[in-house]
Amino acid sequence: MGRYIIHRLVSMALTLFFIITITFFLMHAIPGGPFTREKPLPEAIIKALNEKYHLDDPVWKQYLDYWKDILRGDLGPSFQLTNRTVNELIGLGFPITARLGIVAIVFTILVGVPLGILSALRQGKWQDYTTMFIATLGVTIPSFVLATVLIYFFGVVLKIFPTTSGRLTRPIEYVLPVIALSGYSLSFIARLVRSSMLDVIKQDYIRTARAKGLSEFKVIYKHALKNAIIPVITYLGPLAAGLLTGSFVIEKLFSIPGMGGYFVNSVGNRDYTMIMGSTIFYSVILVVMNFIVDIIYVMVDPRIKLMGTKEG
Amino acid sequence: MIKRAIVLLLCTAVIVSLFTACASSGSDNKPITYNMGANPKTIDPHLNNAVEAGSVIVHCFEGLTRKDAEGKIQPGMAERWDISDDGTKYTFYLRDAKWSDGKPVTAHDFVYSWRRAVDPNTGAEYAYQLWYIKNAQAITEGKMSPKELGVRAVDDKTLEVELEAPCAYFLQLTAFPTLFPVREDIIEKYGDGWANNPETYITNGPMVITEFVVNEKIVLKKSDTYWNKDAIKADELVFTMISDPASELSAFEAGEIDFADSPPAEEIPRLKKEGKLTVKPQLGTYFYCLNVEKPPLDNPKVRKALALAIDRQYIIDNAAKNSAFPAYAWVPPGMPDAKEGSDFRKVGGNYIGEDYKKNVEEAKKLLAEAGYPNGEGFPELTLLFNSEGGHKTIAEAVQEMWKNNLGINVKLDSQEWAVFQETRTQGNYEIARHGWVGDYVDPMTMLDMWHSKSGQNDARWKNSEYDRLIELAKRSGDQKERMEAMHKAEEILMTEMPIIPIYYYTDLYLINPKIKGFYYDPLGFKVFLYATKK
Repeated sequence: MGRYIIHRLVSMALTLFFIITITFFLMHAIPGGPFTREKPLPEAIIKALNEKYHLDDPVWKQYLDYWKDILRGDLGPSFQLTNRTVNELIGLGFPITARLGIVAIVFTILVGVPLGILSALRQGKWQDYTTMFIATLGVTIPSFVLATVLIYFFGVVLKIFPTTSGRLTRPIEYVLPVIALSGYSLSFIARLVRSSMLDVIKQDYIRTARAKGLSEFKVIYKHALKNAIIPVITYLGPLAAGLLTGSFVIEKLFSIPGMGGYFVNSVGNRDYTMIMGSTIFYSVILVVMNFIVDIIYVMVDPRIKLMGTKEG
Repeated sequence: MIKRAIVLLLCTAVIVSLFTACASSGSDNKPITYNMGANPKTIDPHLNNAVEAGSVIVHCFEGLTRKDAEGKIQPGMAERWDISDDGTKYTFYLRDAKWSDGKPVTAHDFVYSWRRAVDPNTGAEYAYQLWYIKNAQAITEGKMSPKELGVRAVDDKTLEVELEAPCAYFLQLTAFPTLFPVREDIIEKYGDGWANNPETYITNGPMVITEFVVNEKIVLKKSDTYWNKDAIKADELVFTMISDPASELSAFEAGEIDFADSPPAEEIPRLKKEGKLTVKPQLGTYFYCLNVEKPPLDNPKVRKALALAIDRQYIIDNAAKNSAFPAYAWVPPGMPDAKEGSDFRKVGGNYIGEDYKKNVEEAKKLLAEAGYPNGEGFPELTLLFNSEGGHKTIAEAVQEMWKNNLGINVKLDSQEWAVFQETRTQGNYEIARHGWVGDYVDPMTMLDMWHSKSGQNDARWKNSEYDRLIELAKRSGDQKERMEAMHKAEEILMTEMPIIPIYYYTDLYLINPKIKGFYYDPLGFKVFLYATKK
């Protein structure tokens, strides 16, 4: 286990190194800069701005300087918002995205898993058909369509929920974005649990458990579910990373000032430091999440070996 | 269990919403909510270059002059002023006004502020708004020290300003954000970050900021220290940052915001039909820029033919769908002419006829004269636009018109905004989409763009007579002479046609009918100072 973890940590560091390097040079390769304007700026002002942000240095020097900064944990000043740092902006945006993401993950699991179990146990009955019908809709309807419908119906027509959620300070502001955000993953998990549950129920050890005279509840929740849940755990890694770093569309539609907006807007604005900062941040979360999932995986299912081959 | 939880959740939600709905009713004059769209890059009057942040700034600060509820220039921080006979020296006498922290506003504040605005190290993108002042341009270009700016505090209440040349609209410029005063001691202490924090955002205008939540909202309240506070009707304003146009519209229709100014294009016909939409002419023109260095666009006849073979009203009604006004000349309506109350556009008239059929006939004739009868032998040109917004549908309509009317083929190409701007500035294009919105209410804001030395002359068009007329109009203090020169200049521009005007911009917005006294500044600022919501 210890060797495996060290091995994984090294490969994580390498992954991050390449992500940072490639993003940095690609970003500088695209035309246009943070001071490109419809009304071009006087040259002396551009010169002063470039000096201020060290954009007049050769790219390789900027690259080295950038490493010096990020190793100290400093992601630099934002080009887009005067006198705010990328650290500060991520610090402001991420907690909001994280709150929304965590609520959405909890909602996804609390609703998706029971739905999947229900439809597996009632296979071929109306509960199954209804759940799967809704789940199919959930997987096929894009989140922005769902969000728009929710906003229109509950916000504009019925006026039950606010159309914009802001910083999610009130519980009511969570309802619509959480539903829109988890629509897809919830449906996906319900289907996943259903099929793996059906798989598991047919196995011998379940028959044994039933033969022992265990209650149906114990059979399902103690024996079957433990194995049926493994595919869900695999999926949870990328899902959690995705939800935690923010669905850009959902955040935009509900005007939630989270991380999502930073990704897309920073590229359009050539906000160099923010492009790098949000990319690094997202990569770290994704890499760490995958790592955690792999560890949990092993703990849940002893059949899975840590390394495929001897050398790994 | 789950069902119960959901029901419970819904119930809580309903109750909470009822409570919050009740809480906001009470006082007579309710806060007005305007959606400014996105978190402003900055609300520092000097560093700002965006019209939305400009709306915040004009509520919080005041220059030597100000605009009243009718848009007329009135004394602001300056009680009165003298102008020298040759029009190059202004002496402003300041009134007893106070900053929001109680300190008096002095002439020294203006000296510091204007030096800061033109200093290249400040990085003020609108520094050129001060270039009428002596030595200002040289300072921004790094050739002189900011101390050499032609502005001097005679004493605490007297400010002397020397101009490079007479400037007929200087008193208008002093009401523009880049010329507003800021506090030296505050900026020395807090740096550029002073404008991010309500506590250090010391203002001298009608309002102060009480809350600034990044990416969510800015809350403004009436200032107690403003000299003219009795004239200010609004007590509290909330500027929200909903960036998606569709969400903005939903929020407006749900009654969560009172003012929305970026309705989605596809909803405009409906909103217009329902009578909710207000259309205001904006001081700007949407046009195509022709690179005159690329043959056959070096031939004025070709350029003119292209300009004539466009059905502008069709584009507005079917492609842009934005209720704009067709542009048959360069300078948009709304700019004053020499005579009091006259309009530069009305005096100058149209340079492109409004009769589309006749225009097409003339275009065909011109193209034949240029050596391409029915478009034969005309090389395939590329029409470039940026991929954001609705520029593609407009380009497609123009492509179709040129093909049908002139028999020429144009290829369409789009680029991402920042890439596109760079391509256009470098002249790596044949025909490119462009748009220009004026910075002050005078035809010069549109016309000096095509001076051969202008940094914005993306058409790369050079005409010495045009340059001469622009320079004359800039130097002259006589309105009649200036206007005459500018009309002549525009005529040259429209005869040579390095650009193809398509439409004059309009600003479209939705406003809560309960709001009275809102003022739309033609520069695009939304002013709620005199507005009430009952």
